[in-house]
Amino acid sequence: MPAYPERLQALLDVFAGVTDTHERTQLLIDFARRFKDVPPEVATRPFGAEHLVKHCESEAYAWAVPNADGTLKLHFAVENPSGVSAKALAAILDKALSGLPAAEIAKVDPEIVEKLFRQNISMGKGMGLMSMVLAVQALAKRHL
Amino acid sequence: MTAIADRGYRHPDRLVSTDWVAAHTSNPNVRIIESNEDTLLYATGHVPGAVHVDWTSDLNDQLRRDYIEREGFQALMSKIGVTPDTTVVFYGDKNNWWACYAFWVFQLFGHTKAHVMDGGRLKWQKEGRAWSTDMSAYAATTYVAPARDDARHRILRDEVIQVQQRGGQFVDVRSPEEYAGTRMHMPEYPNEGAIRGGHIPGAKSVPWARAINPEDGTFKPADELRALYVEQNGLRGDEDIVAYCRIGERSSHTWFALTYLLGFEKVRNYDGSWTEWGNLVGVPIEK
Repeated sequence: MPAYPERLQALLDVFAGVTDTHERTQLLIDFARRFKDVPPEVATRPFGAEHLVKHCESEAYAWAVPNADGTLKLHFAVENPSGVSAKALAAILDKALSGLPAAEIAKVDPEIVEKLFRQNISMGKGMGLMSMVLAVQALAKRHL
Repeated sequence: MTAIADRGYRHPDRLVSTDWVAAHTSNPNVRIIESNEDTLLYATGHVPGAVHVDWTSDLNDQLRRDYIEREGFQALMSKIGVTPDTTVVFYGDKNNWWACYAFWVFQLFGHTKAHVMDGGRLKWQKEGRAWSTDMSAYAATTYVAPARDDARHRILRDEVIQVQQRGGQFVDVRSPEEYAGTRMHMPEYPNEGAIRGGHIPGAKSVPWARAINPEDGTFKPADELRALYVEQNGLRGDEDIVAYCRIGERSSHTWFALTYLLGFEKVRNYDGSWTEWGNLVGVPIEK
């Protein structure tokens, strides 16, 4: 079992307790509704290709901006208006990982996607979402 | 976009317009079915009265790599309140890619009173039509289905090998990069489900989305589809055609276009697709 950062583990525990498909869907949608687009002081459109999450069909972008205390703040943009899952994952990653040191964020693996989405996932979409986690991991590694 | 009836399709009745759907959302003899890639989408808002059919959990057997059998289909039809006389209309995200997939599975059970809403979610949304977040529920029905019949619309591995060996027609509807074998995996994620990259020898590359108008997700008119599949890629409509992609979803969209819009009668969807062919021991591939 990988040791996840505390806030992420708490969220994973919440999801683990939700076995009903409808409830899990609603929980994920609630996160998607809380998704906040990258603020203009961090990035404006058109976004740089280096921030594009590869193989995510929802055209997601990710940024990791250092805070004054050396931790990172994650930001995302999801250009596909129907990319509900991508927005949900972005909101979850922000809530669970922003404010942590790069070394902590770099350790988070794509396995969490399955734990969060379970049956709400297709193979292609799953890999797109996993690459969002990989993108965050890669961004964090740049700040090590 | 011109009216569906004026686009020169062989079976124009297989497509219905958003206007038609809007006029039939309360018709008890019509069931609107949403099928998406993003399974969260339906719950965020759907065509009023529409039910959700998810290809992973509803249409696939959960243990075998195969579709549900008769009992599973009957149970699903009962759950969504459909009888053999109900007209079903599919729509969804990604230009109806998953809607066509669900439509295709329904054809394996002979539910021919089936249509696709031209343009799918995208067009409905762009036209500013009503969305509902109510979870639609209908009284359970009794549906007696025939056994699943794969022969007409589906092709399985052994026969695909025979078609390949006799130089039959294949249409590869994946991206040009997947066709060329240059896209196999994403960085740090080594396996997209196939050991080898490339395509079935002799396959024509016609990415599925070339059949649609990207601005509203509607299908292109028949003359444009004919130019694409017949004139530019040499497909012969009177001979066997096997459509494939990665797992058979994108190719069901092409299967729909070739079968119903152009009227080709021998088109089958190879749902084993590249995740099977790209892993099969001993079969040839081309890059």
